[in-house]
Amino acid sequence: MTDAVREITYRDAVREAIREALLADPRVFLMGEDVGRYGGCYAVTKGLLDEFGPERIRDTPLSESAFVGAGIGAALGGMRPIVEIMTVNFSLLALDQIVNNAATIRHMSGGQFAVPLVIRMATGAGRQLAAQHSHSLEGWYAHIPGLKIVTPATLEDARFMLAAALADPNPVLIFEHVMLYNRSGVLSADAGPVDISSARVQRPGNHVTLVTYGGTLFKALDAAAELAKEGVEAEVIDLRVLRPLDAETVLSSVRKTRRAVIVDEGWRSGSLSAEISARIMEGAFWDLDAPVERVCSAEVPIPYPHHLEEAALPQPAAIVAAAKATLAR
Amino acid sequence: MPSLGADMEAGTLVEWLKRPGDRVKRGDIVAVVETQKGAIEVDIFEEGVIERWLVEPGTTVPVGTPLALIAGAEPATVASAAEVPATVMPSPAPAAPPSVSPLLEPRTEVGRPRVSPAARRLAAERGIALDRLTGSGPEGAILYADVERAAAGTALRHAAPKRLDLAEMRRAIAAAMARSKREIPHYYLSTTIELTPCLVWLETTNATRPPAQRLLLAALLLKAVARALGEAPEFNGFFTAEGFQPGTAIHIGTAIAIRGGGLIAPAIRNADKLALDELMAQLRDLVSRARSGALRSSELSDPTITVTNLGERSVETVFGVIYPPQVALVGFGMPVERPWTAGGQVVARRVISATLAADHRASDGHRGALFLADIDRRLQSPEKL
Repeated sequence: MTDAVREITYRDAVREAIREALLADPRVFLMGEDVGRYGGCYAVTKGLLDEFGPERIRDTPLSESAFVGAGIGAALGGMRPIVEIMTVNFSLLALDQIVNNAATIRHMSGGQFAVPLVIRMATGAGRQLAAQHSHSLEGWYAHIPGLKIVTPATLEDARFMLAAALADPNPVLIFEHVMLYNRSGVLSADAGPVDISSARVQRPGNHVTLVTYGGTLFKALDAAAELAKEGVEAEVIDLRVLRPLDAETVLSSVRKTRRAVIVDEGWRSGSLSAEISARIMEGAFWDLDAPVERVCSAEVPIPYPHHLEEAALPQPAAIVAAAKATLAR
Repeated sequence: MPSLGADMEAGTLVEWLKRPGDRVKRGDIVAVVETQKGAIEVDIFEEGVIERWLVEPGTTVPVGTPLALIAGAEPATVASAAEVPATVMPSPAPAAPPSVSPLLEPRTEVGRPRVSPAARRLAAERGIALDRLTGSGPEGAILYADVERAAAGTALRHAAPKRLDLAEMRRAIAAAMARSKREIPHYYLSTTIELTPCLVWLETTNATRPPAQRLLLAALLLKAVARALGEAPEFNGFFTAEGFQPGTAIHIGTAIAIRGGGLIAPAIRNADKLALDELMAQLRDLVSRARSGALRSSELSDPTITVTNLGERSVETVFGVIYPPQVALVGFGMPVERPWTAGGQVVARRVISATLAADHRASDGHRGALFLADIDRRLQSPEKL
């Protein structure tokens, strides 16, 4: 399967990326909870233990702080570790390692030591996993200098962002939205490589800019399709990288459409969506024809019941309504 | 939809210049309508707050159709180029107090329109005055598209020769004049008026004035007609199905030739009450706006008589055709030097022919003669005009 296009799931794309990295560089290894024998809690790493063995596919104890710390040490020692954390909620146990160590060592050592660490983790809601497994905290990490935060939403990014992250000499956190793993689609044989520095216009339009990333990209695209039926051409921007933000792509779009709706599964207070809104104010104020709108999750711990979970999350109908509000329609 | 002439049956609303919630006062321009006479700005006679629009831009409606509801101190009334009784209607619920959104009220009181940053910048780039714009955004905010529309409208109004559709105007004149000759039993009177006192007075008065402030003979003629009409009400007003209706004020339609053909006669309103300088200023303004196609509805809707002044490089005498439903037209020819007798001597004097075309249904020749003679008498004492 090297030629033409092929049907692939997001999960398979991530697995292929890991496999490719393991094959390409002996310094690369994967560790995390249940990544080996169980095949990963989202079945991303299924089969890798058999192929690469326990030295390179390492099941860890249930201690995020310990195995993230071990990953930092390995990176300092010249390895290229991929650390998987089951979900962003659990990464809080490793917050000290990530924020106080991984993000700071290059700076505190005066550039003598780099931490070429990649941490993958699942994020987001939609699978009825309740509040302790469903939050979208990538915006918090995007606050931290010294980290690079990427959010692959498309199959192409799922397949190729890992290589770019491993090539980066500094810590990169990859956030994979849980609702994307089962998404399938076609990936052309000549896809990739991709950068981890720029946002991408996923759908061009002239009337309003929908800025989003990760799991809500497809909700925004659905909303754009809905808006198109009413003659509203929405431009959909996939941020792809939350830190450093590619503000210029957002600003040039907003300068064209004069209206922006930010769609973020994170909460709105003190959030990434607030940051993007502020960047638009700073960079495109005189081009705005309407206040920036935001569609974010309800400010509650994500509920367990399906209908409440759905109600708490950004949905296409709300995005359509927000877009229309910017158009005074 | 104001009637901008007896021949006008319908007009097309081109643009609203005020929006619901805006406070308006007498004289404000609220809309632009397209008529056979070109794009006409509709000014308003009511004071109050526009409650809602009743007609959307682009719609053609018959004369007399209410265009907007205005809530004011009085019970809500319907916007029109009022003072034309047929177009002023009481609201369906006269007792109801005006309902104004609490969101809108403070904004109009503060008098600071909401303008989006993009609209503000575009307005600055295109030189559009924001206070004249109608906002289509939330709470009346002026948006980019509003400025774009206004810029397009301004461009159209600036491109006046295109705005004035001369073929349309010709059709309108044809309809009105045919009706006049069909319905109005005209009679004609003529007299010759010595201009020496006027010319001497003008020369003295203008000697110390800069050119822009100098008075023209036309102003004296108009003022003399206006004052004489005060004594001759049967020449000032309209002849309708109910018979002759004297005008409640003296609004003199001033015939202005349009370059390239065509004719329009907007009113100098309350001409009898204007000082000569004011009248002159209004005449200048009217001529320039008539030629650029930026007349106001009230100026077209309510002339109570027409004066046509052929001026220099013309002919001696004009016998006019009355513009229905008016009942009289006063015509002045070209001032000429002619032999004149004064004190038993034949002397050379500047004189002007003054004619009256009048509707015999409303007046008789004797009254017409007195009216023309009164104009003559007043022109012999220009300092009293």
